[in-house]
Amino acid sequence: MKILVCISHVPDTTSKINFTDDNTKFDTNGVQFVINPNDEFGLTRAMWFKEKQGATVDIVNVGGPETEPTLRKALAIGADTAIRIDTEALDGFQVATELSAVAKEGNYDLIIAGRESIDYNGGMVPGMLANLIGASFVNTCISLEVDGDTATATREIDGGKETVAAKLPLVIGGQKGLVEESDLRIPNMRGIMMARKKPLTVKDPSGASVETEAVSFEKPAPKGDVKLIDPDNLDQLIDLLHNEAKAI
Amino acid sequence: MSVLVYTESEEGKFKKTAYEVVSYARGIADMMGSTVTAVAFNADETASLGTYGADKVMHVKNDKLGKFNANAYAAALTQAAKNESAKVIVVSSSANAKYLAPLLAIDLEAGYASNVVALPESESPFKVKRTAFTNKAFNHTEIKTDVKIVGLSKNSFGLKEAQKDASEEAFETNLDDKHFNIEVKSVDKAKDKVTIADAEIVVSGGRGLKGPENWGMIEEMADILGAATACSKPVSDMGWRPHSEHVGQTGKPVASNLYIAIGISGAIQHLAGINASKTKVVINTDPEAPFFKAADYGIVGDAFDVVPRLNEKLKEFKANNS
Repeated sequence: MKILVCISHVPDTTSKINFTDDNTKFDTNGVQFVINPNDEFGLTRAMWFKEKQGATVDIVNVGGPETEPTLRKALAIGADTAIRIDTEALDGFQVATELSAVAKEGNYDLIIAGRESIDYNGGMVPGMLANLIGASFVNTCISLEVDGDTATATREIDGGKETVAAKLPLVIGGQKGLVEESDLRIPNMRGIMMARKKPLTVKDPSGASVETEAVSFEKPAPKGDVKLIDPDNLDQLIDLLHNEAKAI
Repeated sequence: MSVLVYTESEEGKFKKTAYEVVSYARGIADMMGSTVTAVAFNADETASLGTYGADKVMHVKNDKLGKFNANAYAAALTQAAKNESAKVIVVSSSANAKYLAPLLAIDLEAGYASNVVALPESESPFKVKRTAFTNKAFNHTEIKTDVKIVGLSKNSFGLKEAQKDASEEAFETNLDDKHFNIEVKSVDKAKDKVTIADAEIVVSGGRGLKGPENWGMIEEMADILGAATACSKPVSDMGWRPHSEHVGQTGKPVASNLYIAIGISGAIQHLAGINASKTKVVINTDPEAPFFKAADYGIVGDAFDVVPRLNEKLKEFKANNS
């Protein structure tokens, strides 16, 4: 089985979010970048396929040279080869189109992406990619098994889950549940040494077009102070929730 | 040239988000001097969409579409959008809407902005405000394509009544086998439980509750308030509660009217995930817990003392106000 895992390079979940250049650019100053958590669950599931069923695992990212340490980390976790498409994408459509070129060329059975990146939260790349290459697509995927040319996947729906069968090639938008948090791997020294020698190919972009553009950013307005309520005066809380917040 | 809106229903009954997306589409149509066309699938009482401003309802009645199927629904919406020469398509932020929107975007060569929280700031350029960085920021996004898809964030616009005709038209779709390449094997859905996605109120517990055996009072509060239960990440990681209850940056987002956090300190990732909720209440023994900075109302106290007493008060309140 040939697997491609799409890796997004995102600010760590603990990052403070600030903007520069008159609120038009994300301020990367002091920010630690990591593998997008939704992608990391998928990457770890890909390792499981590789070890249990036999598979090759390529990883791909659309981005500049600054994303290479993140790709090396994914190689250290166990991916075989990495591809970086050398462009600063402006929207999800552009990312999906660039990925589709690599996906078609590689003839993958399974393409694993995260349901969304935790920076722009667009949630569109996996579905767009699937549609562009004519593959099956399962979003918010929380479990995945492959048997021959058929996958059984479970997707999270509002208030429950749904189990589906799909023919390969398949694209999934994955998330936590594909593997458990405790299954995530921290690269060991051997993995890190091996990752240095694994191929990381830089490709020129195909010149995909852009459909949307993040023009500017703003931070939420600062919140007023919390109203503290005496634990012995719970009637006051109920009164505030009913009359002031109109929440109950 | 109408504004097309995907109205979701379950077993024939429209979801609240269906009315919210119609309200929002009405707002856009009024800005553009256009009309609102709703697309409904096997639904009852399509006239109810008129209350919120639908001029017309294209009703797809097709047994093959009895269960949601992203590909087939996207294909039907594509055909409806082309029929109507729709320039703007509005969908919700439900799991199903987020599943089909990217497919629809490719079919219609439309730019798609998800998690939008307000009416467009301008029509030309078509600019919308959306959340980004998991609610830690907003971004203003311009959709540059001729046809545009807007994914409306839940509870961000609300219901606005604007009576229109909602004249119903049967809509025949052309679907073939390739639209049914995903076969649904089974659906596992709690029947009588309020889901986090649909809930107006969410009651959430954290590590401060000390163990899964202490969730009775959380469930009791949820029962009294008709709320969904949720939990913090450590709680789901330790297996005290199912993953499906984990809310936060890597779990589910919450955009309820009221979020009650009990024994949750308020890590930045947790706060990001629940920030879109309107009113936030925290109950925690530690006055320095970061959640107090994010909350509207706070009680510094022991959950094991406060929550049972609060439940009694809430019961009393509900008995007198219903």
